[in-house]
Amino acid sequence: MEILSLLAEGFGVALTPTNLFLAIIGCFLGTLMGALPGLGPANGVAILIPIAFSLGLDPTGSLILLVSVYYGAMYGGRISSILLNIPGDEPAMMTCLDGYPMAQQGKAGEALSLSGVASFVGAFVATCGLVLLAPQLVKIALLFGPAEYFVLFTVAFATLGGISSTNQAKSAFAAALGLGIAMIGSDSQTGSQRFTFDHVHLYDGIDFLIAIVGLFALSEVFIFLEHHRSKQGVAPKAATVGRIMPDFGMIKRCIPSMARGTGLGFFSGVLPGAGASLGSFLAYSLEKQAVDRDGKSFGKGDPRGVAAPEAGNNAASGGALVPMLALGVPGSGTTAVLLAVLLQLNITPGPLLFTKNPDIVWGLIAALFLANFILLAMNIPLVGIFTRVLMVPTRILMPIVAMISFVGIYSITGSSFDVMLMVGFGIAGWVLRKLDVSLVPVILGILLGNQMEVNLRRAMTISDGDWFILVGSPLAIVLWLIAIAGFVLPMLMGRRMKKRMESMHDNEEFVGD
Amino acid sequence: MSDRIFGGFGLALAIFYIWAASTIKDSFMVDVVGPRAFPYIVGTIVGLCSIYFIVRPDDEPEWPQARAFAEIVFAAAVMFAYCLALPEFGFVISTIFATAYLTWRLGTAPLWSIVSGVATSVGIYVVFHLILGLSLAEGPLGF
Repeated sequence: MEILSLLAEGFGVALTPTNLFLAIIGCFLGTLMGALPGLGPANGVAILIPIAFSLGLDPTGSLILLVSVYYGAMYGGRISSILLNIPGDEPAMMTCLDGYPMAQQGKAGEALSLSGVASFVGAFVATCGLVLLAPQLVKIALLFGPAEYFVLFTVAFATLGGISSTNQAKSAFAAALGLGIAMIGSDSQTGSQRFTFDHVHLYDGIDFLIAIVGLFALSEVFIFLEHHRSKQGVAPKAATVGRIMPDFGMIKRCIPSMARGTGLGFFSGVLPGAGASLGSFLAYSLEKQAVDRDGKSFGKGDPRGVAAPEAGNNAASGGALVPMLALGVPGSGTTAVLLAVLLQLNITPGPLLFTKNPDIVWGLIAALFLANFILLAMNIPLVGIFTRVLMVPTRILMPIVAMISFVGIYSITGSSFDVMLMVGFGIAGWVLRKLDVSLVPVILGILLGNQMEVNLRRAMTISDGDWFILVGSPLAIVLWLIAIAGFVLPMLMGRRMKKRMESMHDNEEFVGD
Repeated sequence: MSDRIFGGFGLALAIFYIWAASTIKDSFMVDVVGPRAFPYIVGTIVGLCSIYFIVRPDDEPEWPQARAFAEIVFAAAVMFAYCLALPEFGFVISTIFATAYLTWRLGTAPLWSIVSGVATSVGIYVVFHLILGLSLAEGPLGF
């Protein structure tokens, strides 16, 4: 009951005209970002963070805008999967398998509206799950001392490589790189200068927004520059949309698929490191086993093969917010970027957030519910507009993306040095991506480095320098075991799973063409 | 081979990092661990991972051909030049050139690249500066 009244207060915050307007703008921009191939939710939010901050919005307003972008991008990813057979982002990969064949059969409009409804169901249920689960997790988190927090951060790093990177040494390297960058600047405990080499621009450390925008958005521009010769930067011809209004019979038939997809997706979202890609993959493969045992209809335009992964990836994106809000430990790339938003607003996520800033948390959760309804309303009738944006060639769009990144960073810091640093991060991001080093742990290292060190030093002060405090409680030991499992399991299973994901996608592409 | 070279760089970075950590000065405030311990741990992890890359490299990534590689180097150079030009020439003029360059290199005809550069620059200026009120770099002409 208490939750309901808190949520009602949250709606009071989210439903003010300004916040409602921000939610609509965020949903619209997010869907666009998600629909454009190459720009996923993480890049989309990364590009818009500096802009949102330099507009001087209040914390709740900025958060509402940016989480609407997040949900919008998760919805939007499916549009180019269905129309172009190019996933807008990685979690939308599975939607290509049956979505594109449906479009080829002239059912693009139906596939789009069905996937819109599935996205809604997945995200809506996951947001309800967030309401129920996050406060419970907070109760556990209140038992954490500095040592447990230190181990919790280790869990975040150990599990974040997840299935996306199979070389765990590279994930560890990326995390250490991020932690190393976080150490630059004045030491928060003693004030000693670290790694600044008497360079005045480095005294305050490196702003994580610069790193995030450089690593995510600019490196994407470099990747485009590298590949444009093969693609010629021309927008591929999209299937015509056709009838848009959903066929209710088809939706009804897909309800069980959506339900299963939602459950699996939410579960993989809450698990640290698994994220939306795993959510949609699990939802699709298990759906295939459940309803298509003889392998006749999946991959050939079965609506259930569209509904399950879309419900799965959107449920996962809601689920990923549970550990982020309750523990301050993001489970995916985009939630890491959202964590940066919170930190930039001087809001520390974690158990105290729920007691100290209930208006922000519940306003945010209410905004997520609102964003879902806005997106559902936007995505069925307005889908034609988004498909037209896909027709604008990327060779025009990518430079605009680059320039907006520059505008955002420059208008926050007003310094050429910082903008150059961003270009430097862009180049580093390109090299790291080429070498298959995941960028998410780097970001997480930059974000959490300071907190991780502070907690380690606090724990050490409490124990008077005895390192055994790090394994001194049952909770800490359990967390260590999770960290070890999270680090070792992908080495055993990750490669096989990634191969399966890719081969599934490649095979279907072949059939589809 | 790429991973081995990368590992070499990583190892050099780790050694430099640990050396730089050893030069951090203590302050009058002391805590049990001090400001150097965590950087030492981080540097050690970077070093160990780099040694692993040298010993067990992954498959070779697909590096771009010389031409595509040159594209990236030039684009990066243009972006750096853009950062330096911002305070000198102002947002609108610098952005026209930077955008036109990128659009051109992504395969648009030169004339249309300039059109796209002007449109992008003026468009961003109008939306972000005039409507939303963000502060953009001011040049000698005031924009």
